[in-house]
Amino acid sequence: MRTILFLLRKEFLQIFRNKSMLPLIFIMPLVQLLILSNAATYEIRNITFNVVDLDQSRFSRELVSDFINNGYFKLNNVGFSLENSEEDFKLNTARLIVHIPKYFEKDFLSNGKTKVQFVINAENSADAGIIYNYASSITRMFNADVIAEFQNTSTSKALPLINIEYSNWYNPLLNYKTYMVPGILVVLVSLIGMFLTGMNVVKEKEIGTIEQLNVTPIKKRHFIIGKLLPFWFIGITELAVGIVTGIIVFNIPLLGSPFVILLLASVYMFVVLGIGLFISTVTNTQQQAMFIAWFFLVLFILMGGIFTPIESMPEWAQIIAYFNPVAQFNRALRMIMLKGSGLPDVLPALYFFVVYAAVMMSLAVWRYRKTEN
Amino acid sequence: MKRFRGFVIKEFYHIFRDTRTLLILFGMPVAQILLFGFAITNEIKDVNVAILDMSKDNTTQEIGNKILSSNYFKLYENLSSVLEIEPAFKKGKIKEVIVFEPDFGQNLTRTGKANVQIIADASDPNLANMIIGYTSLIISDYQRELAKENSFLFQIETEIKMRFNPNLKSVYMFVPGLMSVILLLVSALMTSISITKEKEMGTMEVLLVSPLNPLQIIAGKVIPYLLLAFVNSTVILILARTVFKVPIVGSLWLVVFECILFVITSLSLGIMISTISPNQQTAMMISLGGLILPTIILSGYIFPIDNMPILLQIISNFIPAKWFIIIIRGVMLKGSDLSYVWKETLVLFGMSALFTFISIRNFKTRLG
Repeated sequence: MRTILFLLRKEFLQIFRNKSMLPLIFIMPLVQLLILSNAATYEIRNITFNVVDLDQSRFSRELVSDFINNGYFKLNNVGFSLENSEEDFKLNTARLIVHIPKYFEKDFLSNGKTKVQFVINAENSADAGIIYNYASSITRMFNADVIAEFQNTSTSKALPLINIEYSNWYNPLLNYKTYMVPGILVVLVSLIGMFLTGMNVVKEKEIGTIEQLNVTPIKKRHFIIGKLLPFWFIGITELAVGIVTGIIVFNIPLLGSPFVILLLASVYMFVVLGIGLFISTVTNTQQQAMFIAWFFLVLFILMGGIFTPIESMPEWAQIIAYFNPVAQFNRALRMIMLKGSGLPDVLPALYFFVVYAAVMMSLAVWRYRKTEN
Repeated sequence: MKRFRGFVIKEFYHIFRDTRTLLILFGMPVAQILLFGFAITNEIKDVNVAILDMSKDNTTQEIGNKILSSNYFKLYENLSSVLEIEPAFKKGKIKEVIVFEPDFGQNLTRTGKANVQIIADASDPNLANMIIGYTSLIISDYQRELAKENSFLFQIETEIKMRFNPNLKSVYMFVPGLMSVILLLVSALMTSISITKEKEMGTMEVLLVSPLNPLQIIAGKVIPYLLLAFVNSTVILILARTVFKVPIVGSLWLVVFECILFVITSLSLGIMISTISPNQQTAMMISLGGLILPTIILSGYIFPIDNMPILLQIISNFIPAKWFIIIIRGVMLKGSDLSYVWKETLVLFGMSALFTFISIRNFKTRLG
């Protein structure tokens, strides 16, 4: 026990003496959390659009003004050539072209059927789908308005109407911050934990100070515990500070129990630290350790369901995602904070972390050798 | 010049003799492009839904079938009461519940009006947004068919043309973004420790007493990595074209030129980090912890910059990857030539110059 205390003191001294690292460990994550949480949104407003109105009738002008007054769209320019209008796609000044063909009104009045074309810059496929949805619903409403106007004069049958109501549970206003804050926190805590432990041992190797540790009578497990506990504390503290910041600054809900989060996070941190430690035992230089840590971090982050839904991934990637601790923790944290899920709901994740941590630790202890061979 | 050549050759040896690191440098970007290119998409596919059908008539059955046969959705369970909705969501398996009111079909034919409710799990708001969008599109499609069967007059048909990406493949959007994120991170990571390592190992002294000037030392450090990064970007481009079938509508030469320019920007960013950090750990922490998230989030790779709040749109201007993504999507997907992307190209030039300038300014020719 005493040995561990001494080791802990040494590690903490080393961490706090490295003045250039301190702001990176403690301030950078908070700054990133505060700034980046505002970024993610698929809520599209101010969709810039061009109008190519070849009809110039009362109807066409009314349809265009419906677009302008809708609040989601912003008129960029009006022209008479579709080709010229599409140039604006390349200049990124317009995302949609409302193309109203000649005889738009006449066809409607005499044939009862007319056409309008939407040309969308579909470079971004997700946005394109949403823009189309908005545009076609404006047209549907316009259609209904026009029909209402005619209802009195003609004997048309009433259009059967299915009324669609939406509700967004757990986040009725679609506040993207409540979704981003837990995700970014998970990333930052994992990044700091894995990076610091990964670098730590390999640095002692590279500089040669590991020899000094190896000739002391401390046991392997003492060594490992001494290396891990400081970063465990740092990780848990940062998570707690981050959650409190999220609640105060961004007003994100914490529906579940903080103790469940603490329990889950305690075990999760050991998984992350274990991975970092294992990386440092299989590499020789800080450069190698960094690149491997980077590879896994980016893998964990991008395939962790933090920015893009896991449900959209192909089958094999979903299997990889299952073994991705960041994905598991992210899912569990969002469930607890936003949906108020309790311990029974996240129990599978907890078991998973326990096994994962045990495996990574054993691997690290097994790979760490006091003697050179 | 001869001295400089000797120095560059020394740097080459340094890199190429460390086969393990070399393997990592070449292997990882390729592995990442392949993994992420396939895995990262925000297309809706087989999302688990539950249906609460309080009417159970032909119409609701038809709508239900239409939704479930769309490839977007998959039935997870049928609910029998409103009380079951909440627990179903809490288990985290389903993302959407579709509720049909009692006597839905009757209401529709008799009064011409019926209600359906779509409840989405908005703890992931992006997904919720898209799920609701797709579901309502399918339902209004059904409604339109119904109108057609009844030969209903006075319809405005909407015709749609998706430019540059007719099948709405998210690969088209994500692969160019992925290229720039990976190239930036790999390049910046590579050079960020080049100078700090010499400092930490004590070999810096040897370099400082040599007659090379700071610019030569920095250039000598960058050149081997430039070659490495160029090989990486070529491989990534080939993968994007062959494996992911992303078209290159514009000029291939322009794409290659922009890749080289972007790699130079990233490498000089790394060098700048290297000159301002006292040791390797700090340099790595800045380039790893400081670059990963901002680059992924603020570059427009996943989240469109147009949709961000103004303040973040301004901050995103400082992210080199943002400019490269605009260029590369423009040239590859839209066939833009230099006359469309010269501004972005100029920004990358400016950034490279600025980073190099700061590096030289910060490069201390004295120790301690």
